[in-house]
Amino acid sequence: MMLSLDWSFFSWDLFSNYVWKGLKYSLLLTLIATVGGVFFGTLLALMRLSGKKWLDLPATIYVNGMRSIPLVMVILWFFLLMPMIIGKPIGAETSAIITFVAFEAAYFSEIMRAGIQSIPRGQVFAGQAMGMTYSQNMRLVVLPQAFRNMLPVLLTQTIILFQDTSLVYAIGAYDMLKGFDIAGKNFGRPVESYLAAAITYFVLCYALSWFVKRLHKKIAIIR
Amino acid sequence: MSWDWQVFCQDTITQEVGQSCFGKNGDITYLDWMLSAWGWTVSVSLLSLLIALILGAIIGTLRTLPDRPWIVRLGNAWVELFRNIPLLVQVFVWYHVIPAIFPALKRVDGFVLVVFAIGLFTSARIAEQVRSGIQALPRGQRYAGMAVGFTTFQTYRYVLLPMAFRIIIPPLTSETMNVFKNSSVAFAVSVAELTMFAMQAQEETARGVEVYLAVTALYVFSAFVVNRIMTFIEKRSRVPGLIAASGGGH
Repeated sequence: MMLSLDWSFFSWDLFSNYVWKGLKYSLLLTLIATVGGVFFGTLLALMRLSGKKWLDLPATIYVNGMRSIPLVMVILWFFLLMPMIIGKPIGAETSAIITFVAFEAAYFSEIMRAGIQSIPRGQVFAGQAMGMTYSQNMRLVVLPQAFRNMLPVLLTQTIILFQDTSLVYAIGAYDMLKGFDIAGKNFGRPVESYLAAAITYFVLCYALSWFVKRLHKKIAIIR
Repeated sequence: MSWDWQVFCQDTITQEVGQSCFGKNGDITYLDWMLSAWGWTVSVSLLSLLIALILGAIIGTLRTLPDRPWIVRLGNAWVELFRNIPLLVQVFVWYHVIPAIFPALKRVDGFVLVVFAIGLFTSARIAEQVRSGIQALPRGQRYAGMAVGFTTFQTYRYVLLPMAFRIIIPPLTSETMNVFKNSSVAFAVSVAELTMFAMQAQEETARGVEVYLAVTALYVFSAFVVNRIMTFIEKRSRVPGLIAASGGGH
């Protein structure tokens, strides 16, 4: 026995009133978390590869700690602690942005670490032979190549990150899922609304992963 | 900031601190509640993992069948479908959409639906690992099976799968740990697991830091136990003669 779905309530107006605001936030969160996560993740990766124990140890503890806690718990932690640290409430949306940068840094750091380790040793020696300092060598020789080698993996992680933004539901931030959630409740059509959410996420993520797959092939030929 | 660990000895209704930290005569303390929530987390995780392993193994294997392009395409579609929708959205689909389409499922408990949601989500990821495990084997292994007169089924049963499963244990370890972490999305449909407990106990007692610390510790402890068990299995099932034989747990 199939229930007939009623899509008549689903209009452009509804999309622009409820979903669009959430989609914009989801994309913004993804963008900031990717840029911030790659930046701090690279710093963490450099700390872990520095060979100095006082840099390596805290970075390792941070990365492994973040990776062993569910993201929902991390979101709740920051939502609880941020107002205590700053001394005033900052709102779910801002809290989620800080959380995602901190959380994704741990994941991106593992990708960047693998990327740096994939560069042949000779490249580092060549840089040293030219008289480059450690930071010049990293900045001009190693990191650009590591970044390019890891680009498909970084983008795949970004797709996962975009999917994970839906978890801000736990603190009530207004992302795309929340938009569909509220629309479904207001129009008494939760079934169609959640289905529409699933389809929208699928289309966006499938398109992105198709793009990453093509990019991967392109980069594979260059190497 | 001061600590107040007594919050776990409080009764959940009267908020009074009891003598033993475990409730008596049917009353429950926050400690009782948290341990029961941990039980739900472990139950959701293990049952989801069971579904994911069975489905993932079948679909991953089907995706490597020679001369069966449509079965391979179907398997690929399965993986793409479950990989490109956020887990939380899938949980909502299982909870709100599927019972509406199939009224027979209306009376099924939310716990069961969440187990299926996480199980199928994870099955796509395990199918991907099983496929790459089989494809990583040298082509000669398949030919060897054919050469001794095995059918395709026998080649998989006696040659390819035993090898493939042993070499994919490290990624399976991380996937198992992911299932434990992913079980936290069950809060969204009111399964009384650890995250749900954390949110409600935080609200009721206003001792969020203590509650979250305890819950986080339980998640980390669970992940650690899973890691130890999988490392043990990995050691016992190691394929002699491979470079990976000296590798670590993950």
